[in-house]
Amino acid sequence: MLAVSVISWIYADIEIITQDPWNEVMRMVTGIVTPDFLETDNLITAIVNTIAFAILGVAFGNFLGFFLALAFHIRLVRAGCAFIRAIHELFWALVFLQVFGLSALTGILALAIPYSGIFAKVYAEILEEADTTSLKTISQSTGRISIFVFVRLPDAWIHFKTYSLYRLECGLRSSAILGFVGLPTLGFHLETAFAEGKYSEASAILIIFFLIIATIRKWSHAKLVPLYIVVSLMVIPWGLSDISITNVIRFFTEDIVPHPFRVSGPIDMITFASFFAWITTLFMDQALPGIIATIILTQIALVGAGALTLIFFPLISPKFFGFFGRTLGHIFLVITRSTPEYILALIFLLLWGPSMLPAVIALALHNGAIIGHLMGRYTESMVLRPDAPKGINLYAYDILPKIYRQFLAFLFYRWEVIMRETAILGILGITTLGFYIDSAFADLRYDRAILLIIITAILNLGIDVMSRTIRARLRLRTRVDLL
Amino acid sequence: MEKTLFSLEKTTIQYNGHAILSDISLRIEEGSKIALVGQSGAGKSTLLTQLYEASNRDVALVPQELGLVRNLSVFHNIYMGRLNRHGAFYNILNLIKPTQKELINVRPVAEKLGLADKLFAPVQELSGGQQQRTAVGRAIFKGSPVFFGDEPVSAVDEHQSHTVLSTIMKSHKTVILSMHDVKLALHYSDRVIGLKNGVKVLDESTRGMKTSDLDDLYQE
Repeated sequence: MLAVSVISWIYADIEIITQDPWNEVMRMVTGIVTPDFLETDNLITAIVNTIAFAILGVAFGNFLGFFLALAFHIRLVRAGCAFIRAIHELFWALVFLQVFGLSALTGILALAIPYSGIFAKVYAEILEEADTTSLKTISQSTGRISIFVFVRLPDAWIHFKTYSLYRLECGLRSSAILGFVGLPTLGFHLETAFAEGKYSEASAILIIFFLIIATIRKWSHAKLVPLYIVVSLMVIPWGLSDISITNVIRFFTEDIVPHPFRVSGPIDMITFASFFAWITTLFMDQALPGIIATIILTQIALVGAGALTLIFFPLISPKFFGFFGRTLGHIFLVITRSTPEYILALIFLLLWGPSMLPAVIALALHNGAIIGHLMGRYTESMVLRPDAPKGINLYAYDILPKIYRQFLAFLFYRWEVIMRETAILGILGITTLGFYIDSAFADLRYDRAILLIIITAILNLGIDVMSRTIRARLRLRTRVDLL
Repeated sequence: MEKTLFSLEKTTIQYNGHAILSDISLRIEEGSKIALVGQSGAGKSTLLTQLYEASNRDVALVPQELGLVRNLSVFHNIYMGRLNRHGAFYNILNLIKPTQKELINVRPVAEKLGLADKLFAPVQELSGGQQQRTAVGRAIFKGSPVFFGDEPVSAVDEHQSHTVLSTIMKSHKTVILSMHDVKLALHYSDRVIGLKNGVKVLDESTRGMKTSDLDDLYQE
């Protein structure tokens, strides 16, 4: 693992390109400490939209995912769910933007579709693990639906709720990010503010975003969910642009058909020959460099995240720090893990220019903070022997060996997530697969874009399978509801 | 001569090459009230499970682990005894909000077992004895003429044990209970089957039997 990462460094493009990064840092720091809540136009609308898109996307994905989970024993359903969740929300958004334009439907579906695949998998696992001891006492003539709702569902319900809350938090992050492709959420204002160097405004937007995420448990009560859904449906901007049916039909029947088939009259050998040439060029010029860059970046970021985790987790662990130190640690980790990788990468990009470095640091920080938080929490319940050493000796000889397997389990679990994000960061100009996908959309070459998205999904599925095999071989277990 | 409901012929159950039941033959006649006694590990639970599987699961059962749905209320757990009598829609309706009709059906069962004030409490918040009585309630509500119970009153206090056991006896024609309390076993049954190390060593009427007559079962 480490060796792969070292080799990856050699090939990675990590130059600092900007002329005077320190000047920009100073301007940014000044902006962060002087947040400006008044300057930003339409900020309230953006906040409402961000929350409404997240609620509707997660609710719809939840609903679909539940029914998919019931059919999860069917191989085709499992494969389909793996495929739709291997494609990042932003890629879905880019696709739906071409189909439905800048409408509310684009935002909702971009979240709901990949989330339904995730919900289906997690819900199926939860239902599988439900306590079924009462089954023995039930008469054999009882209907299947009755058995399901009385035996499995009550036990799974509480886990469903916990997981949905976690997903809502992810949904808020994704919803904010959707602004970067043009939807009217916080990301839209954030991008404008960054682009114009208005760091005080950007700081204000980020603070509001952290507050929404930090207070999520205070306002997301199960009983209020129907109300939230109704309100969201009412406030969401449906009329951003009219959905044209012709557009939808053209997208599926013409736009995404590979170019050689589209222009050819009757389909003959020549069509296939030119299709082969088309696909070879696409693969050699775009997909392959994209895949290589994506893998290199993923591997460096994964090891970086692991290294940072080992530094981060003691910051919130009562075994190493007192109350005051831990509080500072918590604040740092909450901010780092609540900020989407995409925004972190954008900030570093402004400082260092477009290379792999901003992406590596952003991914390592964000994921290191997530795993560091989980590991820190894990050490809370550990019981130490009375004569245990202190400080660095305690860390190296006692705590670290005990949590190392759990640490590896979480790290491998994040592997696939890091790869999904790596591909997406291409939209910012780093030459991973997302860069080529974004360029293809910009050039209106939808056939290329779709094919590249499918390649990205397959790469993701490969990592997912590999990570699961490794975890199974090392007998590492990850509790789904922890992540 | 009463009708024979269940019978075993020279049944041996092995687990990992170790015999849990050896060479057991017995007949259960309709209307008999049987107590299974013996030390823990003598094979009582295995024998009961064996008879239950042979019955096509049509009898009311209280397994040792109770098999309650912990997040559901006492009402819902008792209601589950008749889950097979209704369609899915009616069952879901009662899961969301108990109907008046089912409340009228379930409440008397809970009252008899001293659970009336806990009817809407989730089972996981109840004491061990209350949970056990809920499991008995579900079995009684099933309305089967035959009742199997594996230590159904082990966690219930003495006074309530009598109420629970007499309710079970009154509501079912045929009853088989495994019991560790020998006094209660002799008081409520008319026939006692004693097991020792997986072998049936006693199968007699309880008429005139004293608790000391069973001492042999508990000696090493």
